[in-house]
Amino acid sequence: MTQAFRIENGGLINKDKKLSFKFNGKTYFGYEGDTLASALLANGVHLVGRSFKYHRPRGFFGAGVDEPYAVVQLYRNGETEPNIKATEQELFEGLEAKSVNCWPSVNFDIGAINNFLKIFLPAGFYYKTFMWPKSFWYRIYEPFIRKAAGLGVASTKHDNERYEHKYEYCDLLIAGSGPSGLASAYAAAKNGAKVILAEDKPRFGGSLLTSDVNIGNQSGKDWAEGIIAELKTMPNVVVKNRSQIFGYYDHNMLVMSEKVSDHLPSTKKYHPNKRLWYIRAKEVLISSGSIERPIVFGNNDTPGVMLSSAAKEYLKVYGVLVGRKPLVFTNNDSGYETAIEFKKHGVDPVVLDSRKNAESEIIDEAKNLGINIKNSHVVVAAQGYKKVKSADIASISEDKKQLGKIENIQCDCICVSGFWTPTIHLASQSGNKTKYKEEIDAFVPGQSKQNEITLGAANGVFSLNETLKTSFKAGSELSKKITENDNEIAIPNVVEKKSSQHDKFWCVPLPEGKNYKRFLDFQNDVAVSDVEIALREGYRSIEHVKRYTTLGMATDQGKTSNLNGLQLVSEIENKVVPSVGHTTFRPPYTPVSIGAIVGREVGKHSKPTRKSPMHEWHKKNKAVFVDAGVWLRPRYYKKGNENLFEASKREAKNVRTNVGVCDVTTLGKIDVKGPDAAELLNRVYTNAWLKLPVGKARYGVMLREDGIVMDDGTTTRISENHYHMTTTTAQAANVLSHLEYYLQLVWPELNVNVVSTTEQWAGAAIAGPKSRDLLQKLFPNSDVSNEGLPFMGYTEGDLFGVKARIFRISFSGELAYEVNVESDYGNFMWEKIIEIGEEFNIQPYGTEALSTLRIEMGHVAGSELDGRTIPYDNALEGLVSKKKDFIGKRSLQRSAFTAENRQRIVGVVPLDKQTSIPEGSHLVKDDKAKLPNPKLGHVSASCWSVEHDNPFSLAILKDGKNMIGQKLFAMSPLKNKVIPVEIVSSHYVDPKGERVRS
Amino acid sequence: MLYINCPHCGMRSQNEFSYGGDASVKRPELNKEVSDQEWDNFVYNRKSLRGKHLELWQHISGCRQWIKIERDTATHEIFRTFKADEEVA
Ligand SMILES: [Zn+2]
Repeated sequence: MTQAFRIENGGLINKDKKLSFKFNGKTYFGYEGDTLASALLANGVHLVGRSFKYHRPRGFFGAGVDEPYAVVQLYRNGETEPNIKATEQELFEGLEAKSVNCWPSVNFDIGAINNFLKIFLPAGFYYKTFMWPKSFWYRIYEPFIRKAAGLGVASTKHDNERYEHKYEYCDLLIAGSGPSGLASAYAAAKNGAKVILAEDKPRFGGSLLTSDVNIGNQSGKDWAEGIIAELKTMPNVVVKNRSQIFGYYDHNMLVMSEKVSDHLPSTKKYHPNKRLWYIRAKEVLISSGSIERPIVFGNNDTPGVMLSSAAKEYLKVYGVLVGRKPLVFTNNDSGYETAIEFKKHGVDPVVLDSRKNAESEIIDEAKNLGINIKNSHVVVAAQGYKKVKSADIASISEDKKQLGKIENIQCDCICVSGFWTPTIHLASQSGNKTKYKEEIDAFVPGQSKQNEITLGAANGVFSLNETLKTSFKAGSELSKKITENDNEIAIPNVVEKKSSQHDKFWCVPLPEGKNYKRFLDFQNDVAVSDVEIALREGYRSIEHVKRYTTLGMATDQGKTSNLNGLQLVSEIENKVVPSVGHTTFRPPYTPVSIGAIVGREVGKHSKPTRKSPMHEWHKKNKAVFVDAGVWLRPRYYKKGNENLFEASKREAKNVRTNVGVCDVTTLGKIDVKGPDAAELLNRVYTNAWLKLPVGKARYGVMLREDGIVMDDGTTTRISENHYHMTTTTAQAANVLSHLEYYLQLVWPELNVNVVSTTEQWAGAAIAGPKSRDLLQKLFPNSDVSNEGLPFMGYTEGDLFGVKARIFRISFSGELAYEVNVESDYGNFMWEKIIEIGEEFNIQPYGTEALSTLRIEMGHVAGSELDGRTIPYDNALEGLVSKKKDFIGKRSLQRSAFTAENRQRIVGVVPLDKQTSIPEGSHLVKDDKAKLPNPKLGHVSASCWSVEHDNPFSLAILKDGKNMIGQKLFAMSPLKNKVIPVEIVSSHYVDPKGERVRS
Repeated sequence: MLYINCPHCGMRSQNEFSYGGDASVKRPELNKEVSDQEWDNFVYNRKSLRGKHLELWQHISGCRQWIKIERDTATHEIFRTFKADEEVA
């Protein structure tokens, strides 16, 4: 394939390196340094997609971030990525891309029928069309919209690319490496400030790459290269290309997405695909430049119609002619610059200037080159379907209302310039109150809210000389404030051509009898007529018009459409643009990959994983793990072909008959120390704590101030002023914060310190009738008899040379102990317990068996302490002191909490003694009642009772106290189950609690 | 993301802190008779202020101290930060 539109000389691409690529299945060639867009244009390919709503053919409109059309699906290294702008995607060997929004192909698109039906798809068509009949929504409308909508297809595969996050701090962050960015960066860097200079394109220099100017006796481009080269050698400067600052957040925090690998055939080993930078900057200098805006005319979306600045960039940067018979349509001098470039490369353009007469150095140059210029002329409509073939042009009256005789002239592209729109997105995101600048018909930043300043074209300053002067000054003054250095910098002399005043003309009237679509928003297919309808239907606020018509709501955020939309609203409403106001700019400025936002926090890495010191033992012994908060805990230990149900039953049964051991390291542990420790506990827990002797443990319940149970656990008095508090695994962090809150803010007079010791202690629960025999063998020198170490007793022992804490506490309801040793000895302890326990038939048990044991005992846990229950609901009212005050006590007087028929914990057994009741089932009186069937309670936890060998559940039931013996139904629509059940006591095993004291 | 001057640690990013609500709320004293209205005001009733707001934050991933922050809820501007026991003038 030849690159028929590539010029012989010129461009900044590397013609020594030819690259092959595929677009829509066809192979083409381009050069290193091309974008996908420039390479396609070099091959004469203008048709790249179909529009969103009408499926009209779409070409290239811009040459960078402003591109509204050329969104493609990219295939790279076996992966696919949607929503890629062809104008930003750099070419690499073997690149593959496809058009989006077209089916079956870009050349023959069935959706284009919408174009002929466009009369039925006016503004608000989603709201109007798909409303009725309701039953059509799921079957017809939604599938239709889903198929038609979207800008590509997300990959369903796991993303194997790696994305990184980086945090950075700097004195000056400079967005954009055009003339103002370079000047301010240079000045600040010379003052020793820490500078980050970010450029979204691969090449530094911004407008200097394409403008015909001289700085310090060199071309603008050479000057830019020199500055960048010097900045790169400075240790206090970070210079980043392919890096888009897309968000400006509170307190001068900006986020930048750096494309590390997108321009390569595949990501290099150990490199990320993208790197997201969170940058906290003392000062932000926004040098984001400006974007040319279109003039609106008939069929202005036809492929071949593009911004004149884009045509110039394709020529000067990429050496590509976007056409051989160009028509330039302009209301200012920028169009002439493009025309001059064409002429210099042997192509004869025609210039239509909406102005009656304009004179400037630039126009003189065009005239001297013999360019055909037609003043007071406009393009009425582009002609051609998949590509511009000709243009209907006409003269226009001075008031811009009357068109002269329409004439058709041949052309193969139309380069449009409707003057320049400063890129104020970042300033606006920072909270800057932007203001309308009459001279340029556009908004510029006004009062800064944060430490931010906007310079150059982004601030509406289009003279290079002035831009350089203000930017050198800003860079040097802002850095001087921070570093206190003041190194003078000589401002280079500038040669630039003066331009004349632009014409405030933006929309060509429709000729009599013609109904051309005149598009404002090219990506969302919003035409002048759509906005007119919205206003006719009574929409006034620009925010409403935006949402109703979808103007400016596409992924390009209206970069080329916003101002013309405002112009239209203000004309129809007879208001001035500033009083219409512009819509709010929100981050991100350009689409950002989800992968980059997620970074390394993927899958297992989305939170830390905590493992107990015995983890490796569990793994070796076939533990199947379960996530418990951030911890990994053994759920059961698999023997042979056992499943979860069989294994947990075996393990629980062994605890009831012999002895079992469970890893309880994950329980939250807090050291409470100080002379007022008992007083703190007395205020935090609902029961009394002032008289707990040293060497004793007590079970406690703590409430939130609203009376709801927050957590439970045992706390042991280790010595006079030292208590060891345990919390549930899930609430450990919250309980610590809770204690700190009261100690630091509410009762600072209490002399107590709290600190988490969760990870300092490894814990093993030894439970079962044979646990004492085992304990005696583990601690031969300790008295662990029922008298020596009674229920809720505490002692310290010597575990073969390792200091251990021994608590006689029980969660399983059996005779049980908990042994703690310092974490590093955890595995030693565990192996000793297993080794010596062998003669007692010890088996390790996991969380599933642990649940079984506590459920059939009626011990509450997280599923009952669910943030909705008070002590009474959990049958814990016996632990609520009537004598003393404590956190949340006053709330327990609330009438709902003292109601006669208050909910309460009960046991639930299926009548058939066979069917397990799904957790979450609702308890109802009548399984056939009309919906909504009144819910009496819910099943909070279920198990297979190993003691009774039948299913057993706990439930929180309304008036539970008086419901024992009642027959109800457990209904689980999710599992499609209706189970007749009997309500029993929640203490299904050993209701008197004799075993724990045995 | 806010940039918070912890009075104990210095400037730190918001993600090291957790929010703790209105700092002007005072817990009724222990063992004191409290009317329903008073108690409800303490537990539940909060003003959703627009503007200057004195609030509690805990530096959970830092010094673990509870601190007071005077912040504008609309603009997120932080005016001052205080230690827990510092008087807010
Ligand atoms: Zn701190």
